[in-house]
Amino acid sequence: MGASFDILLQTLLSGVLIGLIYALVAVGLTMIFGVMDIVNFAHGEFLMLGMYASFWGFALWALDPMFTLPFTALLLFALGATVYHLVIRRIIRAPMLSQIFTTFGLMILFRGLAQFLWTPDFRSINHSIVEGKVAFAGLQFGLPQLVAGAGAIIVTGLVWWFLHRTRVGAALEATAADKEAAALMGIDVQRMFALAWGIGAGCAGIAGALLSTFFPIFPEVGANFILVAFVTVALGGFGSVAGAFWAGIIVGMVEVLGGFLVGPQYKLALVLGLYLLVVLLRPQGLLGRA
Amino acid sequence: MPQPLPAAQTPMARRYAAGRRAVLFAFLALAIALPSMVGNASELNYAILVLMIAQAGVAWNILGGYAGQVSLGHAAFYGIGAYTSTQLLLQYNLSPWLGMVAGGLVATLFALAIGWPCFRLKGHYFAMATIAVAEILQIVVTNWDWLGGAVGLSLPVAEAGWRGFVFNKSNVPYYYIMLGLLLLTLGVNLLIERSFLGYYFRAIKDEPDAARSVGIDLTRYKLIAIACSSFLTAIGGTFYAQKELFIDPGSTMATSLSIKIALVAILGGVGSLGGPVVGAVILTAIEESTRAMFGGTGRGTDLIIYALLIIGVAVYYPGGVTGWWRELERRWFASVAERHARAGP
Repeated sequence: MGASFDILLQTLLSGVLIGLIYALVAVGLTMIFGVMDIVNFAHGEFLMLGMYASFWGFALWALDPMFTLPFTALLLFALGATVYHLVIRRIIRAPMLSQIFTTFGLMILFRGLAQFLWTPDFRSINHSIVEGKVAFAGLQFGLPQLVAGAGAIIVTGLVWWFLHRTRVGAALEATAADKEAAALMGIDVQRMFALAWGIGAGCAGIAGALLSTFFPIFPEVGANFILVAFVTVALGGFGSVAGAFWAGIIVGMVEVLGGFLVGPQYKLALVLGLYLLVVLLRPQGLLGRA
Repeated sequence: MPQPLPAAQTPMARRYAAGRRAVLFAFLALAIALPSMVGNASELNYAILVLMIAQAGVAWNILGGYAGQVSLGHAAFYGIGAYTSTQLLLQYNLSPWLGMVAGGLVATLFALAIGWPCFRLKGHYFAMATIAVAEILQIVVTNWDWLGGAVGLSLPVAEAGWRGFVFNKSNVPYYYIMLGLLLLTLGVNLLIERSFLGYYFRAIKDEPDAARSVGIDLTRYKLIAIACSSFLTAIGGTFYAQKELFIDPGSTMATSLSIKIALVAILGGVGSLGGPVVGAVILTAIEESTRAMFGGTGRGTDLIIYALLIIGVAVYYPGGVTGWWRELERRWFASVAERHARAGP
């Protein structure tokens, strides 16, 4: 009894840790969706690029991913804002199908570029400063996972603080609520959209940096996260950062518990089933605006 | 509100419409004569691939184009068609021709069961629900030993010929069967377009609230759209199984296939009868030429070009090729009308 309880507890906590990463990826996605009603299929690719940024910092200059993390975040912020200015700006009023296929095209583009520049090989970062295991009350955790979880909490918290406690954050929220009214109040809506893309990509990039110490790095790695991130966004309520945080943890737990009880091959199916249940039974999600 | 073409009864407009019809018949004649014109088997195979993805795109268009319900999970119907006919053949030795109809019916039942709850969802929510349903189905089939699991199912080649729907000497019969299926699917679309259903679907797509307020039962007509669309998509799946003689979840149910089905419709023009056919020709040409030029390097150059084209079309030509063509026509008519007006009565 005691042993199986320990296993269950260990499983649940590891679900919480991966769930925190899902939350961080979903925060960016939900922000872009909330502010401008566009679903970014290329979001997993921002995460992938964050992982590669960490990898190259480590491989070329022996800089630890934890040390380069702020630079990775800035780099991805700039990329997100650039993608907005070059591409997304032109499709804000386009039909939904055009929007879907634009971000879908971006997804293929980033994967193709990564393959072109860095080959399809799997890479990994060995001997980062976060390494090894931590034993606590009979449970064992990888230090990289713990650090990643803690980092995800901090960054998600910072985004929440930014949105709810600063003037620019309030302007972003106002833009999400009503573009026309926000523009009339003197808010530069275009800048707010670019900011949402910058923060969204930055969050995904940070998630990539945090993952890079314990997850393989390859051009298609984003595919592992994008569907889960959609589910997290829906469960939390489209546009809600706090909702995405709690939803990420729930999705992480559903995934590991489902893997534990039903079988690991059904993990994704269970998570997607959760999406269907949420949008059909409670479309506004946990903390979304109705 | 699109500007109406200047007086459709003018002799010029009539001549133009007749010319367009002539061009269409020329294309049809070309399609029928094609197998005797192409040099080798691999070229004919490309032609069959174009017809297959075109047929799926035309079927998708009923739901995604006319009725405006964007599905990114049509591979589920395709896979159900392929697996139903194959399993009926393997287990009960049922003719694939009957299996094709059975696959269409199973896919339709599945579509109605999914559509009933999901048609409440709008826009992105619906599109993502279709991805979720198709992914779940793919995972279930991948882990279902009776359906061959991840390994897939191989079809017997024993009974070659029209009865058995297997041809091992030449691909020409496959070409004509697929051409027939495409024409059938186009025919269904044309019937829908010309009937009251076409008007209802367009109303549901463009003005759902107004449509509801005049008493159109939205869910009922969306269910009719998904029933037609899924049935026709599934018969394409059966054809795939009979042509490849091997099916697995990755080739018949993957989300990448769903995306491709929607993509040909978008490239060609959403909600236009021939759009997906044009899109299928273009997409296959792009895919094959970039793969031939850059694919072997394994460096993803083909992906980059493919992606840039998708983004370019989505951003600059949201109406696809047919939308762009209609815009040209409109401008041309306008300039002619202006010239007539200036010439005076």
